[in-house]
Amino acid sequence: MQFRLERRPQQSRTMTVLSPVLAIALALVTFFFAFAVMRIDPFRALYLYFVDPLTALWSIEGLLVKAAPIILIAIGLSFCYQANVWNIGAEGQLAAGAICGSIIPVYFPHWQSPIVIVPMLLLGILGGMAYAAIPAWLKNRFNANETLTTLMLVYVANLMVDYLARTPWRDPAGHNFPNSAPFAGGQILPVIFGDSIRLNVLFVLLAIAAVWFLSERTLTGFQLRVLGLSPRAGAFGGFNRRRMVFLTFLISGGLAGLAGICEVAGPIGQFRTTVSPGYGFTAIIVAFLGRLHPLGILFAGLLLALSYLGGEGAQIALGISDQATQVFQGMLLFYVLACDTLIFYRLRLVRRRPLELAEAAE
Amino acid sequence: MRRFLGAAVAAGLLIAASSGAQAAKLKVCWVYPGPHNDGGFSQQHDIGRLDVEKALGDKVETSFVESVQEGPDSERVIERLARGGCGLVFTTSFGFMDPTLKVAGKFPNVKFEHMSGYKTAPNMSTYNLRWYQGRYVQGQIAAKVSKSGTAGYIVSFPIPEVVMGIDAFMLGAQSVNPNFKVKIVWVNTWLDPGKEADAAKALIDQGADVLVQHTDSPAAMQIAEERHIHAFGQSADMLKFGPNAQLASLVDNWGPYYIKEVNSVLDGSWKMHQTWAGMADDDVLVEPLKNMPDDVKKMAEGSIADIKSGKLVVFAGPVYKQDGTLVTKPGEVMPDKDIDSINFYVKGITEQLPGK
Amino acid sequence: MEMAEGILLTIVTAATPLLFAALGELIAERSGVLNLGVEGMMAVGAVMGFAAGHVTGVPVVGVLAGIIAGAVTGGLFGIVTLVFAANQNASGLALTLFGLGLSGLIGNSYTGMPGLRLPHVHISILSDLPIVGSVIFGEDPLVYVAIALTIAVWLFLFRSYAGLILRSVGDNDVSAHALGYPVLRVRMLAVLFGGACAGLGGAYLSLVYTPQWTQAMTAGRGWIAIALVVFGTWLPGRIAVGALLFGAVNILQLHAQAIGLGIPSQFLSSLPYLITVVALVLISRNQTLLKVHTPACLGRTFVPDN
Repeated sequence: MQFRLERRPQQSRTMTVLSPVLAIALALVTFFFAFAVMRIDPFRALYLYFVDPLTALWSIEGLLVKAAPIILIAIGLSFCYQANVWNIGAEGQLAAGAICGSIIPVYFPHWQSPIVIVPMLLLGILGGMAYAAIPAWLKNRFNANETLTTLMLVYVANLMVDYLARTPWRDPAGHNFPNSAPFAGGQILPVIFGDSIRLNVLFVLLAIAAVWFLSERTLTGFQLRVLGLSPRAGAFGGFNRRRMVFLTFLISGGLAGLAGICEVAGPIGQFRTTVSPGYGFTAIIVAFLGRLHPLGILFAGLLLALSYLGGEGAQIALGISDQATQVFQGMLLFYVLACDTLIFYRLRLVRRRPLELAEAAE
Repeated sequence: MRRFLGAAVAAGLLIAASSGAQAAKLKVCWVYPGPHNDGGFSQQHDIGRLDVEKALGDKVETSFVESVQEGPDSERVIERLARGGCGLVFTTSFGFMDPTLKVAGKFPNVKFEHMSGYKTAPNMSTYNLRWYQGRYVQGQIAAKVSKSGTAGYIVSFPIPEVVMGIDAFMLGAQSVNPNFKVKIVWVNTWLDPGKEADAAKALIDQGADVLVQHTDSPAAMQIAEERHIHAFGQSADMLKFGPNAQLASLVDNWGPYYIKEVNSVLDGSWKMHQTWAGMADDDVLVEPLKNMPDDVKKMAEGSIADIKSGKLVVFAGPVYKQDGTLVTKPGEVMPDKDIDSINFYVKGITEQLPGK
Repeated sequence: MEMAEGILLTIVTAATPLLFAALGELIAERSGVLNLGVEGMMAVGAVMGFAAGHVTGVPVVGVLAGIIAGAVTGGLFGIVTLVFAANQNASGLALTLFGLGLSGLIGNSYTGMPGLRLPHVHISILSDLPIVGSVIFGEDPLVYVAIALTIAVWLFLFRSYAGLILRSVGDNDVSAHALGYPVLRVRMLAVLFGGACAGLGGAYLSLVYTPQWTQAMTAGRGWIAIALVVFGTWLPGRIAVGALLFGAVNILQLHAQAIGLGIPSQFLSSLPYLITVVALVLISRNQTLLKVHTPACLGRTFVPDN
């Protein structure tokens, strides 16, 4: 007796919808039992993690503030992963965008009119694109594995941010602490709703709409998906792989760079030694959880941000370590990936046929 | 005028709050940059928190949030604590300064204390410790104990707090041996045992036989123990990591300070302050003095007593910059605000300070 | 100890955990599985190694616990990617996240404690050899194991029948399956071995390198190990050289600071990563060099009879 995967004649429609639901349910159940084993009230824990953050307006705002950069980056990454381009260096591209966008406030501190945010954002996008172009070029020209080059470049970008904040860009009036002069006036990304919802939330919505359009309705989007699923089919169809690699890197780099400058010009408000608590990496998880689809990514991003916020509340109320949030996210991703298989395959319990047994015995 | 109004409102609310304190305990909350049991920096704050519970457990309840990242995450956490009923919030890392300020503005009836920053509000104080006093004593001990005349200093980032420590260490060492040398390695992280161990090994291979650190793990102490040399511990007593190696640890003793602050909120006397406490308040300790000859121990004890009484001032003139410029004249004392933003090495240190 | 000897020694010990993890990943990749979760497996190995050593008081038990923990974590990855045919890249990232988080949770009760150190083992004749003696043979026993493992892996891959099967599974899974080789089982064993080695590398960190437990003490070594496999063009000997090179750059940049070279420390800190990128590019551009050794089915999902 053994498990066997049998390919379905076509993708199961029910499973396409049911699979993420099943995965989330499994993750919650596992979490429930884990808490029970740790002798923590599992109902209260699950409530604190997933319901409590939604019960107050300030908390919902915090949720959107946390989710926005992650979703923005994840949307860019979904392009890459659909085309089988493994860009895991979004964190570095975010940093590059933060650096380039911050050039204006640092070198032209008196330019504070409302319009200045536009060139800042554009520079941020360009910076992210330029930094992503490096691994793209290395892959196209030298066949260098992009998983590794993008990751190494993350370290380099972060060290660059550290150097800039400590030395050339340090605020002379800042008591010699490692940050630039605070951004002022138009250099700060404006709040558009409530207390802390900024312009970048709008960018996220626009990006979702734009990506959906690009992916579903244009030839380029079609090309991307075909190339990702089957490079040979794509080549036969005349789709240029190198161009796709470059394009996907530029898109994801640009969006990551935008997220980077939005963070620095928004909630942080100055250029510091750390510009992101790991958004670029969380975005990778969100991209997969959202199954590389813009609406899925939106939902997955909100869910993950919810788990972060819930984790903080659980820490205070129940003393649960912040590491539990990471475990939950990893576990959820495992379940999503496993359940996704059921879309393409049927799981069968099979008795080994006599012919096979005979063959095996030889 | 606004500040006065703010203070009046705060005082009024405080009176209202303290009259209600009979019914509800004061909630005191802490925000740590690292895990509460990291064996170093954050743990020392947590020990201070537990000291508060021990001393005032019937009047207060405490809680904490650990491993909080700076930026919008920290702002959200601090706001959550304020909304959750905390009456006094301690944020224990420089990176929390602006988030604390923002939340303090939104919650005028909650008191905030930010460690190692410089921005304040009517309901937001700053506090810090004069660790450099302890570094001076470490320098004296090192100069006496070292055979090679060279110490190895493992540091994280070139911020003023770290630089003043290096300078104070050198001043202390030079008071015993004017030709004492120090080799400095920047590991660009507060906590990475592997890297700290590598830095320790590199410094030892380069001739250092006393190690000092301004990073958070006991890795360097373990290497010192393995290589049979001496080292100073950081934040917490690291004797168990280096029973034969540790000369003393620069211990953050937050209990007395935290108890004092909580009491001032309880009795209504809390007002905004910028405190730089030190050895005189028992908040900075250099202990336990071990693995050194008796005369060195006596000298160290003497220095500690002199610093406590004010007889010995660390940054007292003459203090020369690396390039020879006289920064503090003999007979004068470097003002606090200059120490606070220090960005130069003192004479005798041959390496370049990063970021100049 | 002479300074040069001291530096060599430090480099060798810095390279050891990288070498363990990289050799394990090599076997997994040679069978066709790309496991990006090395960092997570190392972290679990480190925490379980420390915990077991602490609880039993016997460091060797800790090492064994680290190995088993790494293998079990690898097994989890194996189930998701081999039984459930999930995408290997994404599963590897999930493993990293899960492993790091789990190790943090378990390690909570062990933070801030001094650990037991594996005792040095001196083989008297070998240790007395000049230079080589104290550097390689005067050290902790796991350095011996690392050297032996490198040789063993090479022998396995290129001089054994089992290794031939492994390589054929990695180069052409469909043909191997047609020939009757149990592709999924071979890959699962390879993944388990990869996990065991990563766990061993992690246990080395918490029981020898810095005998303590700190959250995220693996500090990205798992990723470096994956890079080393490509850098070494999937050959054990070259991987060992790569590990030493990476260790050397890391250590020497600290020495450069101690000497007072005056180069910004951030630049020096970024050197190991920049050099890795340069090395990757140099290796990859020679297509023949790469083609000969890259397992052709690396990263591809295989489902029998489908």
